[in-house]
Amino acid sequence: MKYLDEYRSETLAKKVVEEIQRTVTRPWVLMEVCGGQTHSIVKYGIDRLLPEGVELVHGPGCPVCVTSLEMIDKAHAIARRDDVIFCSFGDMLRVPGSNGDLLILKSRGADIRIVYSPIDCLQIARAHPDKKVVFFAIGFETTAPANAMSVWQARQQGIKNFSILVSHVLVPPSIASILQSPQNRVQGFLGPGHVCTVMGFQEYEPIAARFRVPIVITGFEPLDLLEGTLMTVRQLEAGRAEVENQYPRVVKREGNRVAQELVNKVFEVCDRKWRGVGLIPKSGYKLRWEFRDHDAERLFDVKDIDTAEPAICISGLVLRGVKKPHDCPAFGKQCTPDHPLGATMVSAEGACAAYYAYGRHLQLPANQESVPV
Amino acid sequence: MCLAIPGKILEVETNGQGVLMGRANFGGIVKQVCLEYTPDVIKGDYVLVHVGFALSKVDEEEAARTYRLLEDMKQLGELDVPDIQPFPAANESPP
Repeated sequence: MKYLDEYRSETLAKKVVEEIQRTVTRPWVLMEVCGGQTHSIVKYGIDRLLPEGVELVHGPGCPVCVTSLEMIDKAHAIARRDDVIFCSFGDMLRVPGSNGDLLILKSRGADIRIVYSPIDCLQIARAHPDKKVVFFAIGFETTAPANAMSVWQARQQGIKNFSILVSHVLVPPSIASILQSPQNRVQGFLGPGHVCTVMGFQEYEPIAARFRVPIVITGFEPLDLLEGTLMTVRQLEAGRAEVENQYPRVVKREGNRVAQELVNKVFEVCDRKWRGVGLIPKSGYKLRWEFRDHDAERLFDVKDIDTAEPAICISGLVLRGVKKPHDCPAFGKQCTPDHPLGATMVSAEGACAAYYAYGRHLQLPANQESVPV
Repeated sequence: MCLAIPGKILEVETNGQGVLMGRANFGGIVKQVCLEYTPDVIKGDYVLVHVGFALSKVDEEEAARTYRLLEDMKQLGELDVPDIQPFPAANESPP
């Protein structure tokens, strides 16, 4: 299976690393946006293969991590009701809210179910007409088509006891927010491959132009990430700021138009709070008014729940690429995947959880700045 | 949930609600997949699937490559969640 190994080939990887070395004349800070990319980078030690001066910082692209504490508290308020069957992706169940996680609530008798797809909830709703079935609709643009279709089908099929608690977040406004921050260090982005499978990459073009940053849509294999890095530093060295596609075998410029169309019929853009970061204007989706009968936030009157996040960890700075996980004194000590203190440790896709999973808490003492070798 | 999982389409059908569905094989685990967003797929095609929805077609090599990467990164856990049932069946009346 030669083709499988091409994207892991040491010889090819070495060639790309050498080309990056030849290209770079000064230090650059790049951010990979997607949590899946972070996971791959840390697992294969891509950041440590890069020449000194080319630094990868880890972006906000973990939807479980960035779901606000307030939204989790709203989920709890709904899930503990006797008349509710609360459905969620498995990852969300152990994310701590202000009073424990959904698993604890489940152990106390709440009817909380893990589903593979939001569309499964329609069947649960049909089977339990006496209950209100609520799906915790989190995610970036990758899960929006599925969540939109579940609401669309509920309406088409007259399923009235199904609603979704929407906490959708969007990549482009989060990138713009990082670039606008006075603390920003990021000079170029490895764009999120799978998000762009859905949305295409046209909406990144105004960001690249406005902020003068290269954005290279990048895949997830080690060689993809190295090539994405090379394409980004080539642009930086040449003074270019364009959107390029390293991942054309999967991503097309226009994305999936059919999916975008339904997403736009069901959702509209709104301001959204991000865990660890705070409110980012126009960075999320909410249900359009015509779908209000499927809007759990409205149906269960939880709009007024307003939770302030404790300043116990630096996850907000990690999500924006200002700090690395091991810059945090709690990393790997008080804060572990079993006892996460904040956003980036709560899901396997979070930067802190990825560092922990691959033993980086054992390799570097707390507060030590990482130095790519 | 955030990363797409590649699967091979074994069967395409329009269910009783008029929704384009299929069965897809994910490395031995067969699951229901909604094909509304990839209406041109046929049996034998490979698709990238996000939480039960095919969102793009890929070739076999890309599918194998992505599957192996997800397996290595232990990112295939969501496949272990059992299907509730296909799409709501045609012969069931709404509540």
